[in-house]
Amino acid sequence: MMPEPEIKLDSMNTDRMTVIMGPQHPFSHGLWTLKVEVDGEIVTDAEPIIGYLHRGWEKECENRTYPKIIPMADRLCYSASMTWSHIYCMTVEKALDVDIPDKAKYLRIVADEICRIQSHLMWLAAVGTDLGNLTVFLWAMREREFFLDLNVRLCGARMTTNYPRIGGVRNDTTEYFDRDCMRCVERFEKRLWDIIALVDDSSVFVSRMQGISRLTREQVANLGVTGPAMRGCGVDFDIRRDDPYDGYDEMDFEVPVLKEGDTYARYMVRIEEMFQSCEIIRQAMKKIQDMPRSAPYRLKVPSAVPEGTHFARLEDPRGESLMYLISDGTDKPYRLKVRSPIFVNVSAAKPMVQGCRIADVPAVMAMVDMCLGETDR
Amino acid sequence: MSYSSILEWITFHNPMDNPFYPFGDLYNLPYDWAYKIWEFLGGLVAWLINLLFPGNVVSTWLISDQVVNVFALLLFMLIIFLVVFVGTLLSLWEERKVLGRMMDRRGTQVGLKGFLQCVADGLKTFMKENVVPKKVDKMTYMWTVSLVIGTSVLIACMIPLSDRWFVVSYDTGLLIIMALFALAPFFILVSGWAQNNKYSLIGGMRAAELMISYEIPMLILIGTVILMAGSFNISDIVHAQYDTVWYFIPQVIGMITFFWCSIAESERVPFDLAEAEAELVEGWQTEYAGMKWGLIMLADYFRGYVACAMGVILYFGGWMLPGIGDLNNAMPEIVFLLKTWLMFFMMIWVRATLARVRTDQILNIGWKIFTPLAVINLLIVVLLKFGGVF
Repeated sequence: MMPEPEIKLDSMNTDRMTVIMGPQHPFSHGLWTLKVEVDGEIVTDAEPIIGYLHRGWEKECENRTYPKIIPMADRLCYSASMTWSHIYCMTVEKALDVDIPDKAKYLRIVADEICRIQSHLMWLAAVGTDLGNLTVFLWAMREREFFLDLNVRLCGARMTTNYPRIGGVRNDTTEYFDRDCMRCVERFEKRLWDIIALVDDSSVFVSRMQGISRLTREQVANLGVTGPAMRGCGVDFDIRRDDPYDGYDEMDFEVPVLKEGDTYARYMVRIEEMFQSCEIIRQAMKKIQDMPRSAPYRLKVPSAVPEGTHFARLEDPRGESLMYLISDGTDKPYRLKVRSPIFVNVSAAKPMVQGCRIADVPAVMAMVDMCLGETDR
Repeated sequence: MSYSSILEWITFHNPMDNPFYPFGDLYNLPYDWAYKIWEFLGGLVAWLINLLFPGNVVSTWLISDQVVNVFALLLFMLIIFLVVFVGTLLSLWEERKVLGRMMDRRGTQVGLKGFLQCVADGLKTFMKENVVPKKVDKMTYMWTVSLVIGTSVLIACMIPLSDRWFVVSYDTGLLIIMALFALAPFFILVSGWAQNNKYSLIGGMRAAELMISYEIPMLILIGTVILMAGSFNISDIVHAQYDTVWYFIPQVIGMITFFWCSIAESERVPFDLAEAEAELVEGWQTEYAGMKWGLIMLADYFRGYVACAMGVILYFGGWMLPGIGDLNNAMPEIVFLLKTWLMFFMMIWVRATLARVRTDQILNIGWKIFTPLAVINLLIVVLLKFGGVF
């Protein structure tokens, strides 16, 4: 819209002020605090404070048998429940050294991408409120509802899906799921353009996001930021493509990467990812439709896991999530460690918001897509 | 004493025959109504007193010119306030419904197509605890917000709805309204300091920042209209537009700029920086609880109404319609209110579409876009004026 005024931090001799944003603050989506030090309106320092939502998740897993952890893994993140239970099942399957049936793989892909789209829509809704526009919020929520309905069709629950099982998935596609899924995706691809017209074609929205919170490739790599935030900074890496798991190597899709590294690039990457997810859903559904109805979708697996350490990682909607399992030969894990993408991404809050204005803080932190369930565990 | 004697006490006169008539030689409809209502009520009371105590002086005093005038003025204020109040509540309802439809939802459903939502909200805020935080500067905390609300209601009531519906008909009416309209940001700034809260402080500062960016183009624009009409009197401006054309035709740049400035003036999206809820919780209103917050909310809508009404008066011919005028005073007030709601619809549309701008951006917009546009508009008008078109 107009050139960005150059901000010189040392030019104003004003007293600095600490503004506590959170835990009960409209900008913090979840229970966390960002301690922001401001010089006038310009942010000079920021410190994220998390841990309000610590539930002892990892410790609690040690007292449960392996199948009982799946619904718990759902609760790690309310909007990416499918990917979290997926990665848990993947880790245990690695430990058991089983190869799941093809149909289960594709079903997992479909569920994963539905989860990714609805998670990104949840994020888009939050971006709307953070930038002060409720229309984006409600439109994104409206679109999200269709994908939640797909979830209901597939596994009976809206958000905490509890769908993957160790050795496959819980059930095959239900009647008419493929038809509804195709319709939903097709419709969504059209409707997403409405939101893009509302946001990207508006110079107010774009000027709020463009040019702020610029990070370089090196900074992102050093900070350990993953996911769309990383790809918005020019790092071309996506686990789905570069370290494929569960049949993603058979899918043909593009990984959106932008070099700008500002907030708008992070926004664009997520929007583009939604289109790519639609493409992946379509391909995976095609493969499922080509399979006979009687194809197996679940293996029987032993309840005890042999001794050893294993890890698996996958591309969560928010970044790279990883689970590390130490098994001692019993039917309960000895230790289950979670690497949450947001836990790492939010530690980059300081370089992200430094030099921005206080009004930019919600816009910048919205692009992290906070989810406290997985961060505090 | 018979009941027919009641007619001796209840008699209706023309208020303009009253030597104490406050509006000079101008006819005032709400005053007329108020006058007749009091002549009826006061006459009834006087008759009753006279029934009990025949021949007393109180009864004749009650229907004397002075007393009828005083009570009629009180009723007149009530009528003016109620009409503006209901008009504002209707615009609030309009925002809820239209915004809802634009966001693909139905909007409020509480009674009578959602109109009773205002009542529900009022009751809710009224019944909330009136919290005054311990560490605020209590005096300043109270008087600033009272003045923000007070000035907003005052100017909303001062806007004339037609030639016959006005509170005062000053020759400098427009100037007074603009001066009062621009007062609120000062109180917001002081209130931000008084609340001893960082969010409020930043919000108050932003109100000041906002004001210096839109106030100057807005005053230039109003000056331009005054130049074109040749009068500060609102009625004169409206009639000048009826005699020539609505001013949005020659001043289309000015109209658009004024629209955005008036959004900033009434602190609505995209210029609601002072209460930006995403980063500042509720901005300068953070520490106000219960009915205080409810009244601030209401004052916001009063300001929105004033901003729209000013736009209608300055650029869209006020209560007149082109060609037919006000049809010998056939409900020009309704025409005016409808135009105001139409303007308000545009504001709702903007709110549904745009995001909140940043503080440095509003300064840029104010100084690099609005001010030059206002000056260009002024130049066009000066040229037209010298060219003898107007």
